[in-house]
Amino acid sequence: MATDGPTPLERFISGILPENPVYRQLLGMCPTLAVTNGMQAAMTMAGATTFVLVMANLITSLIRNLLKPHLRILVFTLTIATFVTIADRFLAAYLYQMSKQLGPYIPLIIVNCIIISRCEICASKQGPFTAIADALGMGLGFTVALASIATIREVLGSGTWFGLRVLPEMWPDWVLMVLPPGAFLTLGLLLGTVNWLSSIKARKAKG
Amino acid sequence: MSDKGYITTAWLVLSLALLFGAALAGVEMLVADRIAANKLQETLSQVSVLVPGADEGKAYELEGQVFYQALAGGERIGWVIPAAATGFADKVEILIGVDAEVSTITGLYVLAQKETPGLGDRIREDAWRAQFKGKSTDSPIAVTKVAKPGPFEIRAVTGATISSKTVANLVNATIASVREPLQSAGE
Repeated sequence: MATDGPTPLERFISGILPENPVYRQLLGMCPTLAVTNGMQAAMTMAGATTFVLVMANLITSLIRNLLKPHLRILVFTLTIATFVTIADRFLAAYLYQMSKQLGPYIPLIIVNCIIISRCEICASKQGPFTAIADALGMGLGFTVALASIATIREVLGSGTWFGLRVLPEMWPDWVLMVLPPGAFLTLGLLLGTVNWLSSIKARKAKG
Repeated sequence: MSDKGYITTAWLVLSLALLFGAALAGVEMLVADRIAANKLQETLSQVSVLVPGADEGKAYELEGQVFYQALAGGERIGWVIPAAATGFADKVEILIGVDAEVSTITGLYVLAQKETPGLGDRIREDAWRAQFKGKSTDSPIAVTKVAKPGPFEIRAVTGATISSKTVANLVNATIASVREPLQSAGE
C-alpha cells in the first residue's frame, strides 16, 4: 500500500526526543504532573499508556480505510476507552496496590491527548507497521519524560529511587518535591532546560 | 436520513462497540476472580484496624450477603460490613467496622473509589474517616459544613459534598438494613 508521510523508523525516532509528547508537544500534562512523585507509579503509568497507545494505533490503522470523517473521533474514543479499561482491570488483578495508588489516573488515560492525537496524526493515515512504530516511539518519549521528572522528584523528595535508598539517611527529604508544587517546579525547570539546550543547538547550526 | 443511510454510516461504530464489549467481557471473566481475591485479602487485613482488638477476620454469610466477623481469641467482638454505592464518579466501596451489638461504629475504610483526585478522593484520608469512629448507630449520620459537627454529624470534605454524602448515606443505609440480622446472628 502506498503511504506518504514519514517511514516507521522516522516515526519511531521522532517520538522519543524531536517530537517528545511532553517536552515538545506539551501533551499529557495531567499524568506528567500527577503521578511523578515516585518512579514506580510513573513507570506503571508510562507502561499502561504505552500499551494503550500501541493497541489504539494498531486498531485505528487497521480500520483506517473504513473510517467516516465525522465519526472518526467517536471510533478513536471507543477504541481508547476499551484498552484503558483492559489495562485498568489487569492492574487491579496483578498490581493491586499500585492500582489503588494510581486510583482514577488509570481511567483518566482515556482523555490523554497523546493517544488521540497519534490516532489522528499517524494511525488513521498510515499502515499498521508505521502506526505501531509511531506508538512505540511516542510511548518511549512519554516514558523518558515521566522518568526524568519522577527521578528528580523521588530522589530529592524521598531520598529514594524506585523505593531504594540512594541518598544517605541524613538527607533532609524535600517534602515539597513529592507534593504538587514539586511537580510544577520540576516540569518547568526541565522544560526550560530542554528549550535552552535546543536554542544553543539551533544557534550552533546557524554558525 | 433513511434507515439504510443510518446503517451504512454507523455500522463500523456499532460492530466495534459489540466487538469491544465482548473483549471487555472476556477480560473481566479472566481477571474478576483475581481482583476479588485481592479485595478479600485487603478486607481481611483491615479487620484488626476497623475493629480494634480483633486478631482475625472470618467470612460470615447471612441471607446471601457476606459479612466478616472480627474475632479476638475466637470470641466475636465486632463486624466488618462491606458496602457499595455510586459516588460522584464511579462506585465507592467501603468497609464499616462495628461492635458486636452494632451499636457503635468502630472504623471506616475505603476499599475502592474513583472520585475526583484532590477533592473527592480525600474520603480515603485517615482524618476524614476517623470522624466515623465512635459514632453511635442510634441515629443516622448527617453531613454538615460547620467547623464543629454535632454527635451525629460529620464534616464534608471541602469541595466534595457529593462524595461525603455518598459515604455517610451508605453507612446509614447499610447499618439500618443489617443491624437486626447481625444482632440476632449466631446467638
